[in-house]
Amino acid sequence: MEATGRQTKHRKTALALSLIPGLGQFYNKQIMKGFMFFILTISFAVAFADLINIGLWGIVTLGEQLPRDHSIFLLTQGIIAVLVIAIGLLIYFLNLRDAYVNGKNRDLGIPLNSVREQYRNVSEQGFPYLMLAPGFFLLIFVVIFPILFVILLSFTNYDLYHSPPANLVDWIGIQNYIDIFSMDIWRNTFLDVFSWTIVWTFFATTGQIAIGIFLAVLMNQKDLKFKGIIRTIFILPWAVPAFVSILVFAGMFNETFGAINNDILAAFGIDSIPWLTEPFWTKVALILIQFWLGFPFIFAMVTGVLQSIPNELYEAATVDGASIWQKFRAITLPMILFAIAPILITQYTFNFNNFNVIYLFNGGGPAVSGQTAGSTDILISWIYKLTFTSAQYGKAAAITMLLSVIVIAVALWQFRRTKSFQEEDMM
Amino acid sequence: MSTKMQNTIRLTLSYIVIAIACIIILYPVAWIIGSSFNPGDSLSGSSIIPENATLQHYKDLFNTAESDYLLWYWNTLKICIITMILAVAMISCMAYAFSRYRFVGRKNGLMTFLILQMIPNFAALIAIYVLAYITGFLDTHFALILVYAGGLLPMNTWLAKGYFDTIPKELDESARIDGAGHFRIFWQIILPLAKPILAVVALFSFITPFTDFILAQIILRSEEKFTLAVGLYRMISDQFGNEFTTFAAGSVLIAIPISILFLSLQRYFISGLTAGGTKG
Repeated sequence: MEATGRQTKHRKTALALSLIPGLGQFYNKQIMKGFMFFILTISFAVAFADLINIGLWGIVTLGEQLPRDHSIFLLTQGIIAVLVIAIGLLIYFLNLRDAYVNGKNRDLGIPLNSVREQYRNVSEQGFPYLMLAPGFFLLIFVVIFPILFVILLSFTNYDLYHSPPANLVDWIGIQNYIDIFSMDIWRNTFLDVFSWTIVWTFFATTGQIAIGIFLAVLMNQKDLKFKGIIRTIFILPWAVPAFVSILVFAGMFNETFGAINNDILAAFGIDSIPWLTEPFWTKVALILIQFWLGFPFIFAMVTGVLQSIPNELYEAATVDGASIWQKFRAITLPMILFAIAPILITQYTFNFNNFNVIYLFNGGGPAVSGQTAGSTDILISWIYKLTFTSAQYGKAAAITMLLSVIVIAVALWQFRRTKSFQEEDMM
Repeated sequence: MSTKMQNTIRLTLSYIVIAIACIIILYPVAWIIGSSFNPGDSLSGSSIIPENATLQHYKDLFNTAESDYLLWYWNTLKICIITMILAVAMISCMAYAFSRYRFVGRKNGLMTFLILQMIPNFAALIAIYVLAYITGFLDTHFALILVYAGGLLPMNTWLAKGYFDTIPKELDESARIDGAGHFRIFWQIILPLAKPILAVVALFSFITPFTDFILAQIILRSEEKFTLAVGLYRMISDQFGNEFTTFAAGSVLIAIPISILFLSLQRYFISGLTAGGTKG
């Protein structure tokens, strides 16, 4: 390039001057833009100086004296301060980049944009940001902010005894995580709850998938009559809101007036079963209920897949003398599993976090003496109890982190296998 | 002859299995409907077809002086509809930007959505509770609507973006040549063509808050603000069995309209979930 031969150093000068926002733009003779960067920076600093000052102090100390300081308010302000600083750094970075790019253009002898062109540029390139702004704003406040809050909370001792405004909350590092794995009471409860969560997820989900596939294949026989009405009945448990069904089941399994003990089991001459007071039977009931609630979704999905399997495959297999079972093993099942594999994985993660059925059926009970979790609590319902009945916010946050790591790991593993990551315009 | 025998046996067995499945599915439905007509408050001595069927429990629910049920119904519909409008508006704007524009931060934005979508929105329930508490938004529908709408954004934006990608870009370009602005292309060309996916997104945005229990349970405190899920739960958890027949009537009144809505729009649900499951 000839321009570099002239050894002008506008890019470096502009970059260096832009350490004070605006100066680089002035140097590049873009007075309007420089002015805007300058004003923006000044007003940013003035408007947020207090917030950033208090926020950073608060997030580091979580308050020093009572009753002046409220630790959780300070933590919240701290997160906001960090977010504001991030936005500030972004503007600062844009300022540096702008000065550098325009300086480089001058080095290369390319004419710079006039004010009118700059305005057009902003309105052209700004449009997608304008469209994204409301959604992102909402996401930051109701999704990202709470997540940051939980992450930070898991490193504090926020609980009933360290609860503002009467007490201060302190940073305790990874003590919550250490406690969960080393203190007997926490470790035992965690292991109990975790192992039941795994057992629950495995049996409830696998069962609902197996039933769904079985019924879909059954309904796919050509010479069956009344298919439409039967399919509608099979979808019905999915159509009724789950919270209604679960509460109805809680009534049906009730030991004093429920229909299961009084009508059905009595009709077969079987003694009453303690569905809600004996952990084993509660677990059985929960898994059975989840079968009922969960199979229609799989049924509907698989029905769709089955209709797309070409008939020639079966005809060829029949010619080769394959039995019904062999056709199912070699054609139907692989086709189904291939088509709905991603959905099956989401079914497992859904049940892993299936708060509704656990909580609404029996509140995670029956209770276990000396534990904060009931005998059928899964991780998410235990977190709920720790938060709302025993006010163990710090521990609950730490367990939430452990749970999220598991869920995200599974989800990442799944998404790596799907198209989303491979789309050319994604990368 | 023997293949005919085989066929008969296969069909008979199939019908037996189907009949058993239907009984298991329909029994709870019949039981709750029967209970709702059962005279008296408790179920002792009741049967599926009650002898002195009564509409009293339904009348009780509609008696606004005695019961908050209608209020809960109204709250739920209000929350669901506002959430739906808010979510659909934001999702269609974001999906359009992600689908049609190449801008700095696009890839990171999409990645953020993908990761946020994996985190169940109640994983942050402690934070939502504490934040609602200290900002004074606890026990308001406003907080609940914002949380619902925010939680719907990541997954549904991906869903809608996937559909927008399939609308040919030539349409935008020819409109641009004719002098249409960014917003006009979005409003007059893309949105009408995207109606099917917007219907799916709207459906999800309505049903998700309707069937949610946990977020409503932590945010709403006073009885007149409850949604149906929380109200119905309190109805039987506070005095279990004593009001069971009224609870049954309340359940029936929720289950029937929602089931009809669901069954008639089933196709959209399945198409949406299939697309969401395979495309991420």
